[in-house]
Amino acid sequence: MAWTKNVLRVNLETGSCTTEPLNLAWAQDYLGQRGLATKYLVSEIDPKVDPFSPKNKLIFVTGPLTGTMAATGGRYSVVTKGPLTGAIACSNSGGYFGAELKFAGWDMVIFEGASPKPVYLLIQDGKAELVDAAHLWGKTVWETEEMLKRFHQDPQIRVAAIGRAGENRVLYAGIVNDLHRAAGRSGVGAVMGSKNLKAVAVRGTRTDAYTMADPEAFMRATEAGKQVLAANGVTGQGLPTYGTQVLMNVINELGALPTRNHRDIQFEGAQAISGEAMHTKRPTDGKANLVTNGACFGCTIACGRISRMDPSHFSIQDKPQYQGASGGVEYEAAWALGAANGVSDLETLTYANFLCNEDGFDPISFGATVGAAMELYELGLLTKEQVGFELPFGSTEAMVKLAELTARGEGFGKEIGLGSKRLCAKYGRPELSMTVKGQEFPAYDGRGLQGMGLAYATSNRGACHLRGYMVSPEVLGIPVKMEPQATEGKPAMLKAFQDLTAVVDSSGLCLFTTFAWGLSDIQPQIQAACEGDWSEERLLLVGERIWNLEREFNLAAGLTGKDDTLPPRLLKEPAKTGPQKGAVSKLPQMLPEYYRVRGWTPEGVPTAETRTRLGV
Amino acid sequence: MQKSLHLDPNKCTGCLQCEMACAWENYRSFTVAKSRIKVFTFHREGRFVPYTCTQCDEAWCMTACPVDAIRLDPETGAKIVLEPTCVGCKVCTIACPFGTINYVAQTGKVQKCDLCGGAPACAKACPTGAITYVDSDWTGFGKMRQWAGKTDTNPATV
Ligand code: SF4
Ligand code: SF4
Repeated sequence: MAWTKNVLRVNLETGSCTTEPLNLAWAQDYLGQRGLATKYLVSEIDPKVDPFSPKNKLIFVTGPLTGTMAATGGRYSVVTKGPLTGAIACSNSGGYFGAELKFAGWDMVIFEGASPKPVYLLIQDGKAELVDAAHLWGKTVWETEEMLKRFHQDPQIRVAAIGRAGENRVLYAGIVNDLHRAAGRSGVGAVMGSKNLKAVAVRGTRTDAYTMADPEAFMRATEAGKQVLAANGVTGQGLPTYGTQVLMNVINELGALPTRNHRDIQFEGAQAISGEAMHTKRPTDGKANLVTNGACFGCTIACGRISRMDPSHFSIQDKPQYQGASGGVEYEAAWALGAANGVSDLETLTYANFLCNEDGFDPISFGATVGAAMELYELGLLTKEQVGFELPFGSTEAMVKLAELTARGEGFGKEIGLGSKRLCAKYGRPELSMTVKGQEFPAYDGRGLQGMGLAYATSNRGACHLRGYMVSPEVLGIPVKMEPQATEGKPAMLKAFQDLTAVVDSSGLCLFTTFAWGLSDIQPQIQAACEGDWSEERLLLVGERIWNLEREFNLAAGLTGKDDTLPPRLLKEPAKTGPQKGAVSKLPQMLPEYYRVRGWTPEGVPTAETRTRLGV
Repeated sequence: MQKSLHLDPNKCTGCLQCEMACAWENYRSFTVAKSRIKVFTFHREGRFVPYTCTQCDEAWCMTACPVDAIRLDPETGAKIVLEPTCVGCKVCTIACPFGTINYVAQTGKVQKCDLCGGAPACAKACPTGAITYVDSDWTGFGKMRQWAGKTDTNPATV
């Protein structure tokens, strides 16, 4: 069976670690990872719970294809109620940690309660224990990993940890594994910090923890899948060469690159922070920012960026720890740390990104919040005295300072750590927060790409590009070309994307495979791995069920259809330049149709019929 | 013709498909802890380096084994462990200067790369060409070709 059938339940209050069998009936309904952990969470917590209360739970979860030779089969997710949004939070990460958890024999680890003192969880195959982490508290993710490996005299341990951002409850703190792969969004790291849980360290060496239902068919299906990825222009060439940064110039030219807190829709500095620029030799030291590309576990795409900064850059001159190679900027980070603030210095972005990895916070929400603060500053609502330094758009110095202050919760960094919704409300201009349900937008403007606007407004975890990537049809023509400004057919297309994405996120695979893979490529891999009938129809139903379960949780948590909206700037202020000039979001035209295709009432509530059909 | 595994760190992305393929070949499991090829990440240098047994001609492990459990596979040139003969004394793991033969607690025997009997699973699985299985006499061919390409056959006169 592709599931290990084992759940580890860790009570942080009492310090107990107990094993229980996986609910296999739920696995048949929700597959694994995102879907399955959501089912557990929804069944076990009060949706109205304060995300930082010990009554909230935090689940680390793998999928049935995690730890297999399926291309990209190494993903895990962290599911909890998120502090940034008050909605369901589910963040997905790659690297090697997820597969290791599976090799140790666990599908899922459920943390409940809060520890009275800092601890980390050590898993060695079937053995799990909480260990005192007093000496790790206050350390960065990078230091923590090194100390754990040294202390346990095992360099092969895989570590997922929070940095100081999670400890200090930065509302968008993430959990970082393998130094630079992150369950980055929605503040899952802050919940971990609130539980006094510093890290999960795991070593898995079991050979009998799980098997493929039909090994020969599995090897055939995964081999076929790899060939499709290799032959595809995006997954075979674009992503390995440029990473997701392949998009920077494309989206800018299309006029959908939000700039300076969405005041503009094109960035004059886009070229300087693009994937192409990462390959270009710097005049200062004659070296390119990009050292190489790197893969997550089992991934034959290898979109990861490994960068080395210019050692003479002002931000790192006396800091040798940042002068080696480490995780470089991907597209969303380059946008958030760059275009969203008007900063066009690739080295500054790389430094801020290193800090996001080192101390565990989401570059998207962080960068977007800095962008909002810069607008408040330019409007005179924030002063130099309040901030401690000048904060104009485009300031590399301010970006560097805030990246350093935020995780530590020092100075104005403490306010940046609240996220843009709370920051803008505090300074009297809530409408300047570029968020949905409290979470910051990623790197596509909902005016420039109408479908993405709808995707943001309806995403269950707040503004997000990874819940229904309408960029695929609207920019790349996958699976069909849709005009950016068109609205027709987009609600139905978005629903299809959201449901498919929920399946991929529940399988152990990386969403980036879907640039090349359709459901017909994914289905045989799941079918060969998992017992049961996993037809395409059934999988899509699973995806739809997951989406609706998340929605029901959010509704029970107190969110309503009124939260499915966009900031007034996107609805009213026309795009100023470029091919989408004059456009505003046509969300009001699309949302009722979206509710209809979802089988929801005009208020955005699943109808009784939909509930029965999906069994939610 | 004898063949050798040829490892090119410059092409490696650290995906561990090779490690999984090795574990699958020998254990029908993807657990990379059981792999006989290891990929090392040198994070600060931004390098991934696959590493395994080079099948020495005068193999230290083979010479050191007191019960003659390590033999030459004349077909492939691999030094292979005869499991029923191995007594698990681990002397070979001490003798090997490269660390590529290791004890397996699960079986009480040692294991090392055996070239999968002439069709190495890692080379087949590697998506980047970082591992290839090539003519033993010509492991330098690729590098020679690279340098040959840099030869300026038409030097400009100064
Ligand atoms: S495509 Fe990129 S993010 Fe996805 S698994 Fe591969 S390297 Fe990781
Ligand atoms: S399969 Fe190839 S690219 Fe992947 S880790 Fe092994 S040697 Fe490197």
